[in-house]
Amino acid sequence: MPAIMRTTAARLSALYLILFAICAVFLVIYMTSLSVRMLTAQTREAIHEEVASLDQAYRRGGLPRLVRVMEMRARQPGANLYLIADATGSILGGNVESLEPGVLDTTGWTARPFAYLRYGETRSQRDGTGPSGYHNAVAQILRLPNGMILLVGRDLGEPEKFRKVVRRSLMAALGMMGFGALLIWFFVGRRALKRIDSVSEASNEIMGGDLTRRLPVTGTGDEFDRLSENLNSMLDRIAALNEGLKQVSDNIAHDLKTPLTRLRNRADAALRSGADSAACREALEQTIAESDQLIRTFNAILMISRLEAGYSAETTQPVELDAILADVVELYEPLAEEQGVALVGTVEESVRIDGNRELIGQALSNIVDNAIKYSAGAAEAPHVAVSLERSKREARLLVTDNGPGIPAGDRERATERFVRLEASRSQPGSGLGLSLAKAVMKFHGGRLELSGGERGLAVAMVFPLGKTE
Amino acid sequence: MKILVIEDDGEAASFVKKAFAEAGHTADVAPDGETGFSLAQTGSYDVLVVDRMLPRRDGLSVISELRASGDTTPALVLSALGEVDDRVTGLRAGGDDYLTKPYAFSELLARVEVLKRRGGAKEIETVYRVGDLELDRLSHSVRRGGQDITLQPREFRLLEYLMRHAGQVVTRTMLLENVWDYHFDPQTNVIDVHISRLRGKIERGFETPVLHTVRGAGYMLKAG
Repeated sequence: MPAIMRTTAARLSALYLILFAICAVFLVIYMTSLSVRMLTAQTREAIHEEVASLDQAYRRGGLPRLVRVMEMRARQPGANLYLIADATGSILGGNVESLEPGVLDTTGWTARPFAYLRYGETRSQRDGTGPSGYHNAVAQILRLPNGMILLVGRDLGEPEKFRKVVRRSLMAALGMMGFGALLIWFFVGRRALKRIDSVSEASNEIMGGDLTRRLPVTGTGDEFDRLSENLNSMLDRIAALNEGLKQVSDNIAHDLKTPLTRLRNRADAALRSGADSAACREALEQTIAESDQLIRTFNAILMISRLEAGYSAETTQPVELDAILADVVELYEPLAEEQGVALVGTVEESVRIDGNRELIGQALSNIVDNAIKYSAGAAEAPHVAVSLERSKREARLLVTDNGPGIPAGDRERATERFVRLEASRSQPGSGLGLSLAKAVMKFHGGRLELSGGERGLAVAMVFPLGKTE
Repeated sequence: MKILVIEDDGEAASFVKKAFAEAGHTADVAPDGETGFSLAQTGSYDVLVVDRMLPRRDGLSVISELRASGDTTPALVLSALGEVDDRVTGLRAGGDDYLTKPYAFSELLARVEVLKRRGGAKEIETVYRVGDLELDRLSHSVRRGGQDITLQPREFRLLEYLMRHAGQVVTRTMLLENVWDYHFDPQTNVIDVHISRLRGKIERGFETPVLHTVRGAGYMLKAG
């Protein structure tokens, strides 16, 4: 198959062309045969009438009148054939010049070329044109009662000319259809092909490693543009996931290696110092505590990655944010009290959304945990407030504290993985709490907002409202 | 207690078997789902510990088929998949508890021992007693040595759970799961603070401690 036929447009064009051609050929055959049949019937009818009127002339005036009428008619326009012959077949009158022998032996209908003079043709012209004097004709041969033979015929030149005209015009139409198909293929097909080619070219480059390349969008908003746009946003998503994956592996490499090394060194040191069993035991206990922390960190990283990669939405169901708030405040209240922090939860009204109770609970407790941890060092009256407010479109779970807060420039960075703003890293924690909360909010179609309170920090979990309610 | 561990990782399985033996239990190990299923069918085990992804037969199908045949031996599902929806499928398949890998053996042991109790004593007690500590589930009252102790509702549930599993180690995660109904790792020592509050209420003014801290594992309620 030639390369051009491998394209959809060319194949479609060819298919249309073949279908049209079959239809057209069928039409030609049908139309010509129909018209020929009609004309033949007309011809025969005319011959019948002619024979009837000649018969009348013969009865009125015998052979001389018949011959006379025939001669007269033959000279009129209309190109009829007349012939009268005696019983032996020798021609007595009419405009038929000669006959092949044996033609007159059988009576009835016959269709063959006859040599006869058409209206307006003279004998001398005839001689000059030679055998072209033969014309296709239909004729009826009758035997008169006195043994004479009468032939009346009609030239088929007219119907044949008509048939030729019909055939020629249909062939012309066929040609135009073919040409039209070619044009359609050229303008529509070629254009579409070009677009598809550019898309496949771009995707080849993307597969080749250029992940920043995007498919061409012409801006016409047609199917190809929509396809390209969808594929482009798919590529954006893939790139984002890829970036996330890379970040996770970087973070694992960077932040998990440190505690793993510490773990290893501690075991190594305990083994080499030849310490007594009590010291060994202590080292082992520290090792277990450290590996538990590692497992926790690892679980959190996996959870964030899964959330960011699009958690299965089947895990959402109607949940009450006020109930979650009450749970978390209740859970953290003793801790806050122990740290000397006043933890207050207020709910203006009950808010129900589509979400995942576990995830929201975990995110909120991370935030509250942070708030307690950081406000504990506040100069005066450490205080954490958790509140739930709703507007028309949003529900906000807001946690404010009066701790040291985060400088405006650092707030964005605070939700990144493993970012711990105090350089000393003296506070316990993995630095994943806020990034997990951010991932949870993204999963719920909401957002995490960090802003400055009067002093300290305000963290808002903003949920979109609308579906459930 | 006789435990069946269906686990394909040889090293993990022999570690668990040894650790169970040290804790005074016997553990059999099945290296794949098919063997595990036929061993479990003998009905001679108190608790099943089933890894979720197993060769030859999926762990969850082992449990659900046992359940379909009327076997109610408590089963704990072990899995590397620890998301909420995974947990739900695990429990729907007939698992009684769900533990995410990697785990601390103390957590596994505590959960298995609690499961054994759940499988054995089905009857619902209305009054729990541990030493001179007494909790009445119907009247929501707690007394110790004839003295009434007033507890907040959550403290009551905490004590109730600990008393139901008296003599067994109860981990922090188990408490968060069963008393608060959340399944995440608490960031800091929130549970410890709740326990120390409860401890203050049930031990202050009494000679003997009843709520013991088990190092590296959790807590245990026992007399003396």
